[in-house]
Amino acid sequence: MDLITPGFGLVFWTTVIFLILLLVLKKVAWKPIVGAIDSRNKSIADALKLAETTRAEMAQLQADNETIIQEARKERDTLLKEARDLKEQIIAQAQQEAKSEAEKITQQALQSIENEKLNAIEELRGKVAEISIEIAEKILAQELSDKKASEKFINQSIQNLKLN
Amino acid sequence: MIQILKHRFLTTFLLLCCFTITTLASEDTTTKEKIDINEVIFSHIADSYDWHMWDITDEQGVSHPVSMPLPIILINTSPFSIDVFLSSEFHHGHSPVTKKEHTYVIYNNKIYYANNQEGELTFNEQGIIQNAQPIDISITKNVFTLFVAALLMIWLFTACARAYKRNPGQAPKGLQGFMEPLILFIKEDIAIANIGEKKHAKFLPYLLTVFFFIWFLNIIGLIPFFPGGANVTGNISVTLVLSLFTLFITNMYANKSYWRHIFAMPGMPVWLLPIMAVVELIGIITKPFALTIRLFANITAGHIIVLSLVSLIFIFQSLSISPVSVFFVLFMDVLELFVATLQAYIFTMLSALFIGMAVTEQEH
Repeated sequence: MDLITPGFGLVFWTTVIFLILLLVLKKVAWKPIVGAIDSRNKSIADALKLAETTRAEMAQLQADNETIIQEARKERDTLLKEARDLKEQIIAQAQQEAKSEAEKITQQALQSIENEKLNAIEELRGKVAEISIEIAEKILAQELSDKKASEKFINQSIQNLKLN
Repeated sequence: MIQILKHRFLTTFLLLCCFTITTLASEDTTTKEKIDINEVIFSHIADSYDWHMWDITDEQGVSHPVSMPLPIILINTSPFSIDVFLSSEFHHGHSPVTKKEHTYVIYNNKIYYANNQEGELTFNEQGIIQNAQPIDISITKNVFTLFVAALLMIWLFTACARAYKRNPGQAPKGLQGFMEPLILFIKEDIAIANIGEKKHAKFLPYLLTVFFFIWFLNIIGLIPFFPGGANVTGNISVTLVLSLFTLFITNMYANKSYWRHIFAMPGMPVWLLPIMAVVELIGIITKPFALTIRLFANITAGHIIVLSLVSLIFIFQSLSISPVSVFFVLFMDVLELFVATLQAYIFTMLSALFIGMAVTEQEH
């Protein structure tokens, strides 16, 4: 019967010790331990979430990079094409200009040659006149008497000049 | 009891050395004294005022117990006074102790006021003691073990808490790594599972404390030598107090729905309600009563079985039975190790269940 009869002393001490133990452990052990476990779990969860978002961001970034590269490539191609076109255009233009310049120069040269030729003819005509006069003087001086023969000779000389 | 346990180790040792020698030794035992097994077992599982370590036999062949004295604290109500002295003054209960106007005497492991300084007691015709008792709050073997367990727990768990503070956010290791799964198990599979995520935090410290307290005391009770061996959780006073804590917490934090289910069960005919209220009120008491008895009976039964198996050696008065005895005791000790954990778990689990039933909104 003693076995199943609670004793006051033990009931008293169990209550006191358990209450003190509960309060002390609550303050010095359970709060810090459970708090630490919770915050660690939270930090692990946060880290996992961060890793997940980072991975997604990385994927996004990679996709973006791909697009940028694609765009850059396209732009380069356009630029190259434009440059090529421009080059061809410039070359064509230059050729055109060179051609027209050459033509112009040729034209001018021909013009000046013609002019020179006309000048030369004119000059020659003057010279011929001078020479004719000289010849005429000489003939006049030499054969004043023979008028008919002189004239004949003069005409003959002029005709000869013209043929030249 | 320590004497028996000493023999238990002796027999184990002898077993290991040589089995035949033990059988021979049993033949020439000169002092074949009869041992009252019943008394030995029940004096072990009961509380006591001193801590019996072993017995020594003097030259005359008289055996003297060697024990650690523990403080006796007695409160007298009229007039009010407190007497504090060491239990060694009782000389193992053989002599009365006189302090001022009171003389105390130990009878049947309880302290009574004696009639006179010689320690005489009065009995009625049925042989029942008539003397009054002082209020006894002595530091007995069980109280001492309670202190040991409490200090051990404070020491271990502050060490754990320090480890968390020292390595914040790191994986647990050592003692911390051993305790964390247990703490998490109680938090998640006992507290949250029964009380719910929202309200469990308020009750978690109680559940953790009660689990580790019972578990530590159970295991300390299994250690056969000082400072273990006290049958603390197999003492009805201790289990009663622990279950009363559960009772108080359950009813203190109980919500409206809990009380409505007791006094006005929804969907019941009105004339049945008074009967139901009585049944439900009895239910409030039977829940902690079941907790009290379950823990007490399991641990006490375990201690009795282990002691009985050891006592086989003394019943048969032969060491040749010791292999059987040792084998079964070993088996029982391992089983008790499991029971120690299981009972701590069940107590905590049922406490959480009762609290959960009282604080969560019930849906019907």
